[in-house]
Amino acid sequence: MSPSSGDRTIKQDFFPSQQNSIGYTLTSLPPNSDSPDREGRSSVRYKCSMINSILDVLRQRPGWVEIKEDGEWDFNWCDVGWLRENFDHSYMEEHVRICHFRNHYELTRKNLMVKNLKRYRKTLDREVGRLEGAKCDFFPCTFELPSEYHLFVEEFKRSPGSIWIMKPVARSQGKGIFLFRKLKDIMEWKKDGTRSEDQRDEAPVESYVAQRYIENPYLIGGIKFDLRVYVLVTSYLPLKAWLYRDGFARFSNTRFSLSSIDDQYVHLTNVAVQKTAPDYDPEKGCKWQMQQLRRYLTAKHGSEAVETLFKDIDNIFIRSLLSVQKVIINDKHCFELYGYDILLDQHLKPWLIEVNASPSLTASSQEDYEMKYRLLEDTLNVVDMEGRLTGKEKRVGGYDLMWNDGPVYREDVSLETLGTTYQIANTNLGCVNDRRKQLRQLLKPFPGHKRS
Amino acid sequence: MMEEGADLSVTIAQIVHRLKGAHLHSQLEKQARECLHRPEIKLESLKEDVRSFLKASGWERKLQNAVYRELHILPPPGHPAAPPEHTKEPLVYMRKAQASWEKRILKSLNSMCTELGVPLARKRPVSEQKELTNKWNEMGTDEPDLSKFRPVYAPKDFLEVLISLKNPNYDCREGLTASSHWGLIQISLNVRDIPQMREAYPELSLTCSQLGIDDHAHIPPDLFESEHIRIGKKVVSEQDSAAAQQYSRQGCPTGFRAQLWALILNATNEPEDIMHYEQLKAAVIHHDLLVDNLIYKDVKLTASNDDYYFVFEDFLYQVLLCFSRDTAVLEHFSYNSATPPKSYIQGKTGAEEFTVVYPPNGVIPFHGFSMYVSPLCFLYNEPSKLYSVFREMYVRYFFRLHSISSSPSGIVSLCLQFERLLQNHLPQLFYHLQAIGAQPLRIAFKWMVRAFSGYLSTDQLLLLWDRILGYDSLEIVAVLAAAVFTFRAENLMQVTSLASAEAVLADLSTLKVMPLLQVFLFA
Repeated sequence: MSPSSGDRTIKQDFFPSQQNSIGYTLTSLPPNSDSPDREGRSSVRYKCSMINSILDVLRQRPGWVEIKEDGEWDFNWCDVGWLRENFDHSYMEEHVRICHFRNHYELTRKNLMVKNLKRYRKTLDREVGRLEGAKCDFFPCTFELPSEYHLFVEEFKRSPGSIWIMKPVARSQGKGIFLFRKLKDIMEWKKDGTRSEDQRDEAPVESYVAQRYIENPYLIGGIKFDLRVYVLVTSYLPLKAWLYRDGFARFSNTRFSLSSIDDQYVHLTNVAVQKTAPDYDPEKGCKWQMQQLRRYLTAKHGSEAVETLFKDIDNIFIRSLLSVQKVIINDKHCFELYGYDILLDQHLKPWLIEVNASPSLTASSQEDYEMKYRLLEDTLNVVDMEGRLTGKEKRVGGYDLMWNDGPVYREDVSLETLGTTYQIANTNLGCVNDRRKQLRQLLKPFPGHKRS
Repeated sequence: MMEEGADLSVTIAQIVHRLKGAHLHSQLEKQARECLHRPEIKLESLKEDVRSFLKASGWERKLQNAVYRELHILPPPGHPAAPPEHTKEPLVYMRKAQASWEKRILKSLNSMCTELGVPLARKRPVSEQKELTNKWNEMGTDEPDLSKFRPVYAPKDFLEVLISLKNPNYDCREGLTASSHWGLIQISLNVRDIPQMREAYPELSLTCSQLGIDDHAHIPPDLFESEHIRIGKKVVSEQDSAAAQQYSRQGCPTGFRAQLWALILNATNEPEDIMHYEQLKAAVIHHDLLVDNLIYKDVKLTASNDDYYFVFEDFLYQVLLCFSRDTAVLEHFSYNSATPPKSYIQGKTGAEEFTVVYPPNGVIPFHGFSMYVSPLCFLYNEPSKLYSVFREMYVRYFFRLHSISSSPSGIVSLCLQFERLLQNHLPQLFYHLQAIGAQPLRIAFKWMVRAFSGYLSTDQLLLLWDRILGYDSLEIVAVLAAAVFTFRAENLMQVTSLASAEAVLADLSTLKVMPLLQVFLFA
């Protein structure tokens, strides 16, 4: 099926039903006057391999039609496995979009992320100076095992008694993670030039990273939590990244104490792990919306301290993306929604724990479902298959444009900023998300739909 | 309110008497003595110099704040011949009703005690004391068997008592008249109507800026917010209670609400406050009280199940268990219509000299009590400070929500005010609801008893409590209840049963409090 160009009018009743995926032609909207080569589509064929909120969002989007099995598609929400097997053999037309970058693992696999960050930091130290490099000081000391075993042991001996956390590089949802204080707990990962006869026959040990454990996390009500924040990248070269205003804080199910490092339920805050804890109460909802957290922190520490904190968090996103900018294979078909896990310590310093390429889209409660729904809807708004954006927007729904080949600032000039060189970044994590109103003002209605 | 002449001197004498024994007095004396060494203090003008020193160093302000606090809790001056009960509650029938309600509660508590074979109070064995000390910061992990304990009463039981209140002097046999009561409350009290509220709450008017409305995302902060924050910073640095109270009428910015509320309540965290708290903690460790189980049960049933307050479970125990043992709370019974329940030491029933107040603070918690504390956890996390603020909030405001009195901030007046406001504003709605057996008060009562805690989202609740503190009155709670009904009037007009009316009003978490209040009173 080829698009029939030149068909500018769209009949009111022409709308293919969502069940019928064959036998219609694609039409395109009149090109937007601001960007003549942005052609939008009024009808989008999509593939989706998940059965959670993303499927609901796709199904409810006007003009989007699901393609089952083989069939040409314009949009694919795939999982990373599919991508690995099929991306290299797929030919995609210009307008087609897919939700991952080919080698996203440079950012999302723990060992590669650390490697890239360390390299980036060295580059900054060399080219700009140590002060600039110090801005990358947001990830705890990490070593890959077994390859960096000896380097690790040096550092380990320098700080006796401290706790370290071992994480498998490629697994998710808290699986395989444990804490340790003694070297003997990680004997398996010892890199020894002289492997014994028996060892050589065994399978090579799984790659892990050992990271200094943050022993003074910020606690609320005596409970440890981490933050899940969403960042959408639509291009790496040039780097264009959006930050979503909503997110949440995930609480561990039990009080924090360093005396029980074996109790993984205390230390790991993934909802997936919490769900298996013996005293997990699904009705309890161990999440706070980001807005609630931001208000709590403001009430406790004042707005200036909290603004500094959120600026430091912005810094994490930007630098982590810049660190892989040259490594990621840029492709105009690709976009990616990352789930960043951030931990705060008692000094209100944010630490990067990891970046997820496939953040969970399964909802743990009604409130959570609605948040993920909004997030995904706005993700599709930014990807803009329908060609409703000019490309110059700084905000789309709950997304604020954080980086566009350079920092993005808010336009507002208030009495305080007038005459100064101080500019406020265009990010609003944990702030009011009045997206409906903004979208109404921003976007043309879907073709065939009246303004709701 | 200050009256001229003799009343003023009586008030002054009362306040001086109360402050004389207080820690602040000894601190002032100490400061005065120590400043004698300072070069600017001259013998010729000793008095004036010491006074100016105290002023400049902020001590006069602290004294002012303490006096201000006393003025708040000082009951209005009564007739010299009136007995002390009049200070608690001037109307006899109300006193009687409160006394019989208390008898019922005590009976219920005693029977639970006998049934379960649990003593009202018991000294903990040393091993248990040690265990509790270790677990102090995580009492929420304890899972005691609470299935046999029931809350002593729930708000709806209390509502029935209020409904049955009758003024023996009021003859209501005359049939339906304009001043008849279509609502549930059958007595007449002087409650403010909308025009009177407008006069008393001018800062809420449409022409006045405030937080909760004028700090909305699309309004440039220069118009109001920035300036308001600047003034707030000044108020905090001046440490002026009265100014903070006035300021709070327009809302407190999130960043310094904690300091402002502490200032308004004059809730300090001095070493003596911390010590007092530690003493209470020691009391908890030594003795186990039956009411502790009621507290545990209440926290588990309410706050722990709340999406936002569950995090603070441990703080709630730390505050409420100590609160039960704080005999300083007994002071407030001089102006509370309630009287602390008395119990007898085992074996000495009837002997006056062996009575003790039970629980030591005289307050028996009911279902939902922990919700008075939960929102405060959002602001304070040092237990002694949190405790200080909560205790002051309780003895100034919260106690009025569950005792029968004629006070304009008392729950009876609030219920009546709510009904009257709604009747006058939307008579058709009121009539409709009454006709389908869904008396509005039956739904609104639970909100008002808790001052909306747990029903509104936290940030909205805090904006509401800003105004309770700012206007030193709980009336705003009744107004909000009426405003909520007004807001959902369209849907309510279409319901045909109490259950559906409850459903329409089940979820208040998305409501924005200040616009509702503003529109109700001024639009």
